[in-house]
Amino acid sequence: MKFSISNLRKYDHKRIRNIKDKVIRKILLGFGLTAVIFIILILVFLMIEGLPFFFEGDGVDFFTGDVWDPSSPNTPRYGILPMVLGTFLVTLGAIVIALPIGIGCSIYLAEIAHPKIRETLKPIIEILAGIPSVVYGFFALVILSTWIDNFLNSTTRLNALTGSIMLAVMMLPIIISLSEDAIRSVPREMKEASLALGLSKWDTIRGVVIPAALSGITAAVILGVARAIGETMTVLMATGNAPVISFDMLSSMRTMTATIAIEMGEVPFGSTHYHSLFAVGIVLFAITFIVNFIADRVMKRFREKY
Amino acid sequence: MKWKTIKEHIIYSLLRLSGLFIVCALAILLFYILSGGIGKISWEFLTNFPTNGMTSGGIFPMIIGTLSLMILTMLIALPLGIFSAIYLVEYAKPGRFTNAIRLAVHNLAGVPSIVYGLLGLGLFVVFLGFGFSIVSAAFTLAIMVLPIIIASSQEALRAVPQNIREGALALGSTKWETTCHHVLPYALPGMLTGSILALSRAAGETAPIIMTGAAFYMTHLPSSVFDEFMALPYSIYTLATQSSNVEATRPTVFGAILVLLLIVLCMNLVAIIVRNYYRKKYRW
Repeated sequence: MKFSISNLRKYDHKRIRNIKDKVIRKILLGFGLTAVIFIILILVFLMIEGLPFFFEGDGVDFFTGDVWDPSSPNTPRYGILPMVLGTFLVTLGAIVIALPIGIGCSIYLAEIAHPKIRETLKPIIEILAGIPSVVYGFFALVILSTWIDNFLNSTTRLNALTGSIMLAVMMLPIIISLSEDAIRSVPREMKEASLALGLSKWDTIRGVVIPAALSGITAAVILGVARAIGETMTVLMATGNAPVISFDMLSSMRTMTATIAIEMGEVPFGSTHYHSLFAVGIVLFAITFIVNFIADRVMKRFREKY
Repeated sequence: MKWKTIKEHIIYSLLRLSGLFIVCALAILLFYILSGGIGKISWEFLTNFPTNGMTSGGIFPMIIGTLSLMILTMLIALPLGIFSAIYLVEYAKPGRFTNAIRLAVHNLAGVPSIVYGLLGLGLFVVFLGFGFSIVSAAFTLAIMVLPIIIASSQEALRAVPQNIREGALALGSTKWETTCHHVLPYALPGMLTGSILALSRAAGETAPIIMTGAAFYMTHLPSSVFDEFMALPYSIYTLATQSSNVEATRPTVFGAILVLLLIVLCMNLVAIIVRNYYRKKYRW
């Protein structure tokens, strides 16, 4: 190649472009890592702030004690059981309500509804999903609780049932949209084969479509449960927040999320009580992590099938 | 045979009913919020400070607080999310490392919002010393919406046909030039849609900001991003549950909810319009 200034420039230009490309690749790698960094940070800070509780407080009583009374001047007790039970019962109530409606609605949308009705219902579900939880909480607090109180003469005006109903409404959009996707991804040929064999439409839905989509629907429901367990504002405003062990759905209950939200504002930094709330956070994180993990596995099995 | 048709009719009606339930749930909710709040909405309500223990006056500082929080959250979350997605879709090679990142994004999406609040409190408020402030809350919310932005941006990038990339690379563009000039322009509307939806979720989120900087009452607007702030969702919560005169503050709460819903629903609407517009414009 003949040496000339213009050749040199061209060569330089290309080299600079390549260097730039490599640098940008490295920078992007850094960005790609942010999610990993944040998930590690969550773990680290839950541990930093939560583990001291197990050194200062009574770790055994935390998991087995049935009294949560951290502000008692003489013998503060930190038993997480009432809140675990509260979370469990409120979520259970929500799933009992949301399951039939959610699956029914998703079958309706995927198999029965006229396309026009479908096109109207889908945005409505999206809007329902977009409403902030504090609005649901307020509705439960002011309107829903009055209805339930009038109908059922509940023990306390705010109770677990109110929370469950409101949570069910909040879970529905997730359950419906994910199960509808699952039902829609059942191969056409399976349905057509069933219809060709002379089965009616409902028999096809019941005998072929739903069994085929079952693992997808299950995953959708489990994801709904995970969301309900982690939901804070709705249950905080709806369930009355008494940290007592009770199986009466018409009595006041308190969830783990609500405990953190209520008490974090009042505790002095670095106190045992402060650390105990992070310990509750660790338990909450672990539970939702496991539930999400199960949903993932079920969903994976569904995807591999089709 | 006859019995069977009747049975099917009953089942179909039940399925229809469950669809109707959704419509009713939204209708009832909106009806009560609208009927409670519509009388309260006025120019004065939107532009005045609250007075008389927040029983009268307006919700101006809450609106400003929520809007500034949203802007800051977006400024932090948008670049993080979009560049993460670009890395994952365009650059990452399949393998254990990439899987780990995917897993992290996925798990981040499942973390309850209150746990983000705990992270925000431990990391931004205490450890980094930002204190109770807009910055702490914005960082916390940004991390919370990050998985949503990453997921929707990934989807938008994947929707761009492969031959556009191959064409650009064949003409001698570097990887970055291809991504930046030929892939991003087509993916941007989709990214925008997802980000607006994510932001609307951040706007209504209450639990994380309780712990990171929302204030019950302030007589002035936040003087800087390191100041505490009032926010619509937090004020709705405190006024509905903790105010000394719950009945007297109720109209203010209804009004505040209506404003918050309008903000959130308008953003959803914008996102849907953007999505539909570009869905028609680009057909591969």
